[in-house]
Amino acid sequence: MTKVEAVIQPSKLDAVKDALLEIGVEGMTVLEVRGHGRQKGHTEFYRGREYSVDLLPKVKLEAVIPDELVDKAVQAIVEHARTGKIGDGKIFLSRIDEAIRIRNDERGVAAL
Amino acid sequence: MRKVLPKLFVILLILFAAIQGFAQTAAAQSDRIAKLEQQVAEAKGSADNAWMLMSAALVLLMTGPGLALFYGGLVRRKNVLSTMMQSFAMMAIVTVVWAIVGYSLAFAPGNGFIGGLQHALLRGVGAQPDADYAATIPQQTFMIYQLMFAIITPALISGAFAERMKFSAMALFMALWSLFVYAPMAHMVWGKGGILNASLGGRFPTLDFAGGTVVHITSGVSALVCAQYLGRRIGYPKELMPPHSVVLSFIGACLLWVGWFGFNAGSALAAGSLATSAFVATHFAAAAAAIGWGVAEWIRNGKPSALGSISGAVAGLVAITPASGFVGPMPALAIGLFAGVLCYFMVALVKTRFGYDDSLDAFGVHGAGGTIGALLTGVFASKVINPIFHDAQGNALSLGLFDGNSRQLLNQMIGVVIAWGLAIVGTLIILKIVDTVIGLRVPAEHEVQGLDLSQHGEEGYYWEASAL
Repeated sequence: MTKVEAVIQPSKLDAVKDALLEIGVEGMTVLEVRGHGRQKGHTEFYRGREYSVDLLPKVKLEAVIPDELVDKAVQAIVEHARTGKIGDGKIFLSRIDEAIRIRNDERGVAAL
Repeated sequence: MRKVLPKLFVILLILFAAIQGFAQTAAAQSDRIAKLEQQVAEAKGSADNAWMLMSAALVLLMTGPGLALFYGGLVRRKNVLSTMMQSFAMMAIVTVVWAIVGYSLAFAPGNGFIGGLQHALLRGVGAQPDADYAATIPQQTFMIYQLMFAIITPALISGAFAERMKFSAMALFMALWSLFVYAPMAHMVWGKGGILNASLGGRFPTLDFAGGTVVHITSGVSALVCAQYLGRRIGYPKELMPPHSVVLSFIGACLLWVGWFGFNAGSALAAGSLATSAFVATHFAAAAAAIGWGVAEWIRNGKPSALGSISGAVAGLVAITPASGFVGPMPALAIGLFAGVLCYFMVALVKTRFGYDDSLDAFGVHGAGGTIGALLTGVFASKVINPIFHDAQGNALSLGLFDGNSRQLLNQMIGVVIAWGLAIVGTLIILKIVDTVIGLRVPAEHEVQGLDLSQHGEEGYYWEASAL
């Protein structure tokens, strides 16, 4: 089982979510976060003082999926989240030791 | 002779009856006229009283929720309730102080600087008008109207020490300030025998229609003193502390604009054409000032901000306050425009240059705006608008510089200097006393935690997941 964590532009969330559902990803968690990579922030003014806002709103999508689906999932995310500009985001993959379904104690891939 | 006498008698009898009849008609008529005069006076008094009660309510609206929202939106989320409480507490505390002794110290006859105690506990303040102040409304109406001014003035100061002052210290400070700074200033400018009173023969008549000196200079300058005495907020100016809700501030500012009609137009103390003139001047100044600040920002920063525009409107309203019942609509536009631009630079340049932490720009807007407004009143005041000065023959005398009276500017400066002086000295003394007795500033951990939690045990917005 692999955990896919994708930090994407908030405006791309709907497209990415729908694409993942289409390829068979059944569960995910979505977080509203702030962050930046190489993207510069924007400047705002308060009482005549200029200041730069570095931490930009992003969306983080997390899904734990069977290993066989990983390539398709990554491709779906990249395709639907990419704009070609700096700030598109990143995807991280990590190994998951165990998954448990709370309702009925199912374990492993059956729990996903 | 015998034939004439009875005829004479009859003629006399008829004459007598006729005279009696005429006398009765005349008496009945003068009776009716007297009654009619009383009814007309009552009708005029009713109109004036209705307007004044409405104005009093409008001015209270300026504090709650106008100022509470305006200031509340400008602070960080963790301090929103404490900031609003600072305005709200004034509504409660100043009312009690005013009722007990504040009104008397401000408006009872005394000496040139402070009133006496004849009206302590509001003795003698009832349905009878006090003709010196407002001949057509109950003195009680006058008292409650003035109370709303006494409430908002100290509330304005809270903008300077927002996010770091103890609630208990603030409450004590405000009670003392209201007695020893506000009441004397109000007495000097508006009270019987006050040395600055323009309508009642003060030694240095200062034209202040609705409180440029009494309200805005005293509060604004006191704010600067407080900001310096208490010191900067932890993290200022390096750490950025933008408003947590410009939306709240926006709503507050609009309520201030509307409420200000009660503040300025109500200061006519009657529902006549002077109230209209003040109403128009007030509105025009706010509009021009919003544009002035907005354009200044547009030029310097490339964009006009919402916060800047509403602050500009407030600056214009402050500046027109002393002038509102003395200037025409066009000068009102000029005063507003000037104040909008000046206060923008006070807040954007001067504050940064000198580094004082006047958190919510109480000095930059009220202190500076009030000062420039008081001085411009001496420039633009016109006897055509409000013939307040008369010579011995009853002819109206020139008011301001453009009216032909260059001396008034000097009197305005005297009023301004006295306001500045009283604010600085009075505030310093009171701050020292309160600091010694209670301590002014919250401890550092409380400031970091936020005053809502540390001073009031509350959160403004409760976002715990479990409470969903």
